[in-house]
Amino acid sequence: MIPVVVVLIYLAVIAVIGSVAFRRGRENTEDFFLASRSIGSMFFFLSIFATNMTAFAILGSSGQAFRQGIGIFGLMASSSALVIPLTIFFIGTRLWSIGKKFGHQTQVSFFRDRWECSHIGTLIFILTICMLLPYMIVSLMGGGTVLRDISGGMISYPLGCAIVGLVVTLNVFLGGMRGTVWVNVLQTIMFLCFGAVALMVISSALPGGFSDYINKIAANDKTRFLLTREKMSPEYFWSYTLIPLSSIMFPHMAIMCFSARKVTAFKRTVILYPLAIMAIWLPCVFLGVLGHAALPDLKPAEADGVLLHMLTTYAPAWLAGLLGAGIISAVMGSDTHQVLGASTMFTKDIFVHYGGKERFGEKGSVILARVFILVITAIAYWIALISTSSIFELAVRFAFSGFAAMAPVMVAALFWRRSTKWGALASTLWVAATLFGSWYLQRLTEATAPKPGQPAMVIFESWGHLLERNSANVLVHGYLPVVPMVLGSALIMIVFSVLTPPPSRATVDKYFGAAPAGI
Amino acid sequence: MKKLLLFLLIAAVYAVHQDIWNWRKSDPLILGFLPIGLAYHAAYTVVAAILMAILVKTAWPAHLEEPETPATKPKP
Repeated sequence: MIPVVVVLIYLAVIAVIGSVAFRRGRENTEDFFLASRSIGSMFFFLSIFATNMTAFAILGSSGQAFRQGIGIFGLMASSSALVIPLTIFFIGTRLWSIGKKFGHQTQVSFFRDRWECSHIGTLIFILTICMLLPYMIVSLMGGGTVLRDISGGMISYPLGCAIVGLVVTLNVFLGGMRGTVWVNVLQTIMFLCFGAVALMVISSALPGGFSDYINKIAANDKTRFLLTREKMSPEYFWSYTLIPLSSIMFPHMAIMCFSARKVTAFKRTVILYPLAIMAIWLPCVFLGVLGHAALPDLKPAEADGVLLHMLTTYAPAWLAGLLGAGIISAVMGSDTHQVLGASTMFTKDIFVHYGGKERFGEKGSVILARVFILVITAIAYWIALISTSSIFELAVRFAFSGFAAMAPVMVAALFWRRSTKWGALASTLWVAATLFGSWYLQRLTEATAPKPGQPAMVIFESWGHLLERNSANVLVHGYLPVVPMVLGSALIMIVFSVLTPPPSRATVDKYFGAAPAGI
Repeated sequence: MKKLLLFLLIAAVYAVHQDIWNWRKSDPLILGFLPIGLAYHAAYTVVAAILMAILVKTAWPAHLEEPETPATKPKP
């Protein structure tokens, strides 16, 4: 009961912050979506980090570590610690600059202006929303799981999802970007403290400390592999270094880049980002592995709840509640931005672009944005209830790979004068087609997929080892589909741009004429 | 020359992420409980932060700061 009360108090605080931000806000889209581009350096770091941390960072990472071992940290955390700050450094700063200069509030708005196109931008919008929705669902699922587990089942999964969805909606609906960022500051501090506190509490509660439990895992033939990467192929491991390219292509991340007051806000962010990733992922992965020895009765199907089970088993009730609130913070930090990002895109890229602002005015645009927030959250909630896919699989398959494969489009828009809208169109179609192809192959092989630990199986005998299936993923020559998706997207962008006419000289000069790129 | 060196530095940090030499071993346990593969990648995140600090110091795109000054502020 105590943990539930603590979490509910926390959720109430979040809702109050949203309403305070509502009173500070102005009724125009730039203020609602970007807080009038006024976010300072420290708030920017805390908020952009919260933007990227989902339920997956805590629950999914510990669950995957429980199943696959310590390799999960290198697979996802340390690769992100390098690639995400690099993309923020090279791409985020440029996005901020063109947003400030030309008033763009979304990526699609930039693409349309940069390549003198309209419907191609709409296509990119549709693909982006289709890939964003699973990410939003992951957040709601995470929230429902946390509330159910921490309450010992007192709060059902559907009710947990509903509570998180409602608080997120209130926060975004009322406070827009300002409310979201204020809440993010509290959330990021909470979930950054989460890892260290959880480690200390659980360490002191385990008889014999961590060493004994790690030695138990090492001594058991069935679990020894968890302390190495012997069941993880190097190709699979390397494939994952491309996944973090998706980060900057998620619309809510790009929109965050537009909201900074000064470009210098990015300096602190890119340096602190890797350390923040370590602070949150290292304890989660370690405790996930430790769960094998500390919770011997936990079934693999319950792996995503390993951390919550450890907290409820080893931490005092009030502290479990606070730590649960830390996990909820990670869930909601990203969810608020996803909802706001989707709303920003719909309002600016569809409603305003196709003449809605002329008909309904600036105030009408903000009202529409708020209505969209309600609708999109309701859809995400409904899908979260009927979906059975695990948090990890849903997010990676349908969102991360697709957004990573769209990164070459952004790089071309920002750095290559000769890039064209036809190149962007061809790359976008490639991403859509390969996403669909991966999904089809995944479904086709679901029933015959090998069990964890068994070797990958060939999908089409006549194609040899080109397409294979392991226990979790389709593989292309041993690599995850993200590899051909990204490389193909880049190649197609180049080929189609070279073969088609560039935008007008005036447009190219507008973006490249004044100053050379940084490095 | 500076650009080339920075490019090589980034490429080197990216390359050492693939630490095949730690793949199949858990020993030594760093601090008595962290398997070497996990400790290595924890240290890697610190190296990534140092790399970013070097980039901020030596390759910061200062020209992007121009819109902040009144003289170059864009027209509405």
